[in-house]
Amino acid sequence: MIRLRRPVDEGGMHHLSTLPQRVVTIYLPLAVFLIVLLFPFYWMGLTTLKPNEEMLNLQDFNPFWVENPTLAHIKKLLFETAYPAWLWNTMLVAVVSTFISLFCAVLAAYAIERLRFKGARATGMAIFLAYLVPPSILFIPLATMVFKLGIFDTKLALILTYPTFLIPFCTWLLMGYFRSIPYELEECALIDGATRLQILVKIMLPLAVPGLISAGIFAFTLSWNEFIYALTFISASQNKTVPVGVITELVEGDVYHWGSLMAGALLGSIPVAIFYSFFVEHYVSSMTGAVKE
Amino acid sequence: MAEATIGRPTPQRLSLWARIDNNRTVLGLCMMLPAGALLLVFLSYPLGLGVWLGLTDTTIGRKGGFIGLENYELLFDDSVFWLSVFNTFLYTVVASAFKFALGLWLALILNNRLPFKALLRAIVLLPWIVPTVLSAIAFWWIYDSQFSIISWSLQRLGLIDQYVNFLGDANNARAAVIAANVWRGIPFVAICLLAGLQTIPQSLYEAAVLDGASEWQRFRCVTFPLLTPIIAVVMTFSVLFTFTDFQLIYVLTRGGPFNATHLMATLSFQRAIPGGQLGEGAAIATAMVPFLLAAIIFSYFGLQRRRWQQGAAND
Repeated sequence: MIRLRRPVDEGGMHHLSTLPQRVVTIYLPLAVFLIVLLFPFYWMGLTTLKPNEEMLNLQDFNPFWVENPTLAHIKKLLFETAYPAWLWNTMLVAVVSTFISLFCAVLAAYAIERLRFKGARATGMAIFLAYLVPPSILFIPLATMVFKLGIFDTKLALILTYPTFLIPFCTWLLMGYFRSIPYELEECALIDGATRLQILVKIMLPLAVPGLISAGIFAFTLSWNEFIYALTFISASQNKTVPVGVITELVEGDVYHWGSLMAGALLGSIPVAIFYSFFVEHYVSSMTGAVKE
Repeated sequence: MAEATIGRPTPQRLSLWARIDNNRTVLGLCMMLPAGALLLVFLSYPLGLGVWLGLTDTTIGRKGGFIGLENYELLFDDSVFWLSVFNTFLYTVVASAFKFALGLWLALILNNRLPFKALLRAIVLLPWIVPTVLSAIAFWWIYDSQFSIISWSLQRLGLIDQYVNFLGDANNARAAVIAANVWRGIPFVAICLLAGLQTIPQSLYEAAVLDGASEWQRFRCVTFPLLTPIIAVVMTFSVLFTFTDFQLIYVLTRGGPFNATHLMATLSFQRAIPGGQLGEGAAIATAMVPFLLAAIIFSYFGLQRRRWQQGAAND
């Protein structure tokens, strides 16, 4: 236990500490953290706008700034590569698999959390364990399956496999949300003669909208992030997703087009970043909520 | 639970739908069907198939036969495989330790009274939500052997004479990929631990201050014990994701130089997809399972302990 040593002194409560102390213990480390965490993004943006001669001449130009910004890299990316197609593929796959996962997860979460059918607890545990199965041990058998099913090199392969890591997470998250909705509402509806489906659609879902949004954003960012399945199952350039396309197509031999690579990375990050910025509170609560459950 | 039949005056001839609706088990299983089917077909089945493939000599384009543990025997004598095991552990342990220490520190900082708290939290999470591959490309450029901004800065500061060969030297490459992984993992740890910190009642700190506890004592005797359960869970997730990491290595080094940064996941990909040896790749992937199980069991007990601390009220 805490030993009693001296009266309240130098430590004090946080809001009692002096300003210079706060600068050293809080603001300075915080500033260093922020700079380190944000620097790669700054670097990405800067390189995107830098003309090649500035980028490769570190003697005459200050590498931390750009003197003659250019859109040439972005133009090259958008008009000379299949990048727009990759963006479209990523968006399509992410949106469709997110909706499939949400649909499955809503039904599953309601069944586990509210119907309490026989084996519901075990099913809940199984869903949680499914969340812990990493894609890096599944991609080889999935590749052989995808090949046998004849959907190799199609977006359908990704749409069908992404829910394997989205459903467990979404279900787990929605279970937590459903748990917070009072039983009484459901009982009233049952007495009034509502069917379970009506209860789910008309009572539970409207109340669980924040949970649905959280699960949706999380599923969307996870699908946007996915790499190993897309790398393994897709081979034609026009079917690739952004992460795979950028890494496999923009790197030609030993010549790295850093400008276009950075532009590709930046443009690929912006949609998730924007999407995320709208719902950041939901995102944070879903992330921490899922860990705490 | 009220039985669903209460509100129904005519129980004699119910339609099929109504009968399903009345039986919680049947209805529950029906509702589990979409999720269950998808997960069974694309998760459980491939999990088993992977173990089976590890026992065959399947290659791309040829259906292999059962060869018992031959793949594992081959791997046992394969120095590259053992190197990848060593790398995986090194990568996981070092990266997780840094993620934990720095993440906890950042969480403690963010738990103070700060202006623009919501904005700060949003910024901090950015590295976590941006696709790993895309941020890894930025790191690739930062680590470039000729144009690295780190080398440039260090040289200007007079700390080094020659540009650092970040990804070409074995130990530098290991440090570089670990640094990139830590960079990406800090936000997750920090935000989760911050959420944990905010659940600790302020009154405990006030009591500790009245008892004359120093800042360090308050951290050690109040914050840390109350945070332990959530730390266990967060770090299990973190370890799990780090252990099975693939993207970062694939982008930055592809396992090089001379396999110095090959992890089990990247080696398994390397052997299975470009190498065509599906059986051997699957065996490497299966070899990761015991470690993952250990992590999951650890996580399970972490959760149990948390439930116990909360008084088992929520289940």
